[in-house]
Amino acid sequence: MPTIVVEVMPKAELLDPQGKAVAGALKRLGKSEFSSVRIGKRFELTVDGPVDDGVLADVRDIAQTLLSNGVIEDVVAIRTEDER
Amino acid sequence: MKVGVITFPGSLDDRDAARGIRLAGAEPVALWHGDHDLQGVDALVLPGGFSYGDYLRCGAIAAHSPIMREVIDAANSGMPVLGICNGFQMLTEAHLLPGGLIRNEKGSFVCRDQRLRVESSRTQWTTAFADGDEIVIPLKNGEGGYIADADTIERLEGEGRVVFRYLGYNPNGSINDIAGVANERGNVVGLMPHPEHAVEPGFGPDTSAAMRSGIDGLRIFQSVLQAVLAA
Repeated sequence: MPTIVVEVMPKAELLDPQGKAVAGALKRLGKSEFSSVRIGKRFELTVDGPVDDGVLADVRDIAQTLLSNGVIEDVVAIRTEDER
Repeated sequence: MKVGVITFPGSLDDRDAARGIRLAGAEPVALWHGDHDLQGVDALVLPGGFSYGDYLRCGAIAAHSPIMREVIDAANSGMPVLGICNGFQMLTEAHLLPGGLIRNEKGSFVCRDQRLRVESSRTQWTTAFADGDEIVIPLKNGEGGYIADADTIERLEGEGRVVFRYLGYNPNGSINDIAGVANERGNVVGLMPHPEHAVEPGFGPDTSAAMRSGIDGLRIFQSVLQAVLAA
């Protein structure tokens, strides 16, 4: 069945304490080549049927209204992945 | 006077809120997230906790609960609505209050008795205060950093809608030390600290008078009584 992937990231201008914590861990592990880490979310929506314009419009709406909060996050990608 | 307290899956402080309401002199009414019935209450409290385990975003799934349709209608028609901690997060997710709450700046969960300044006595939840009053109530959150875009912050500050501000220590990195805000009308208020844990001598924060004697939170519940009775 086709899967629609939605990726959400914290807004670039906002502090991402989770990413900061991971960046700190990398530094402690001696991986000093990474200057920062940001952590976002990936949603996989499995579609029961074909992915048509209606479904994609639905996903764009869901991505903005439920999967992300526009005050603190941005939807950075919506794409359909091949059937698996 | 009846004040509803809505229990969501994962609410923790619903019974504490009900106790605060009772001690303030009103009748608490237990409401359920899955219903579409506010049972004729005069005001509403969305309590603290970790609704839906904070999945997705704090308060995000609860903000789409069945009862939230009635809550949003009631709020828009002027009913006093208070969101405490997770309830504040729900109110922002439901767009009843501006801004959002993100993980604490330092990354850790903070639990402490927190000093606050009451910046506005013009909301329905702060009528029993004078502007500038200082209070101490418990605070306990992991995602309490208040943020909004610069225009929103400027508008909130300019319109006197920053209701509570952290004093002495900003526990979560909130912009402008903001601990609580109100909607334009002043009937909807959200704050991260917990007034319901400072309502009864013996169980509140320490004061200079005696250990655990702090009951500053009670005045928030008394305020809504005053506001509703005066209306």
